[in-house]
Amino acid sequence: MIDDVDKALIDRLQSGIRISETPFAAIADELGLDETEVIHRLQHLLDGRILSRFGPMYDAVRLGGGLTLAAMCVPEERFDEVVERVNAHVEVAHNYRRDHHLNMWFVLATERPEQIETVLGEIEAETGLAVLDLPKEEEYFLDLRLKA
Amino acid sequence: MDMTDQDRMLLAAIDDGLPLVERPFAEIADRLGWEEARVISRLQALIDEGAIKRFGVVVRHRKLGYRANAMVVFDISDEAVSAAGDKLAALPFVTLCYRRPRRPPAWPYNLFCMIHGRDEDEVRTQVDEAAVAAGIVDAPRDILFSRRCFKQRGARYRKEAAA
Repeated sequence: MIDDVDKALIDRLQSGIRISETPFAAIADELGLDETEVIHRLQHLLDGRILSRFGPMYDAVRLGGGLTLAAMCVPEERFDEVVERVNAHVEVAHNYRRDHHLNMWFVLATERPEQIETVLGEIEAETGLAVLDLPKEEEYFLDLRLKA
Repeated sequence: MDMTDQDRMLLAAIDDGLPLVERPFAEIADRLGWEEARVISRLQALIDEGAIKRFGVVVRHRKLGYRANAMVVFDISDEAVSAAGDKLAALPFVTLCYRRPRRPPAWPYNLFCMIHGRDEDEVRTQVDEAAVAAGIVDAPRDILFSRRCFKQRGARYRKEAAA
């Protein structure tokens, strides 16, 4: 279980920290906690898998990589088989089943932009199904601040 | 931007996340045989250049009680889409907002956002609120609830970066 202090910490950390020699002390000051407590709570939230990681969030495209969102319409009886084939590609970052006739949605991230087309072509060849390529054209910025 | 080999080494060293110690960048520096100040200044430069969006946490929505997650999509005219996207992004329950290409006839929508709620009814209510707030109540839209996550690798540098 998480308490109100954990929630305040999560809310604060979602929007990112400033880089300094002692980033946890800076967060502790802001929240009226002490540094050791911030570190312990963060460790606890990571161990409990409430947070998946504390670290840098990258912009794949600015790092020189390729990134896209792909969608497929997978026949129900083939769903498990197609999931397995798609996820076998290391470039597939996450893959969701969604309620729609396009029922499989996955993010593809590659080291080089031109590899996106290659991997999507491989998936089409392996599954015999069409893949829609829906790359980001514009991002609308927000503070990430889902309330804990 | 051009990444140097040293930048790649630095990003690889923080790939699993920051060490949870009082001086995490000093620990990273030790691993690399660098000075702490160099780690900090190089990371700050990568943030300033936009290669790193921020240092922060990825929250597992379901663990926080956000059991319903949906990709909500709209078809908005090319002239109006940016203004609508900015308004959607300002809403507290919207966690990502992008313009993407339409692929007619299979896919007619060009504005995408992620909305998280305690349950599906809450998400539906939020979608209605979002459409009002963005001035797009008459636009075609659809709600694609997430049913199951089959793979979640998270934001990693070695093979790529965050979605």
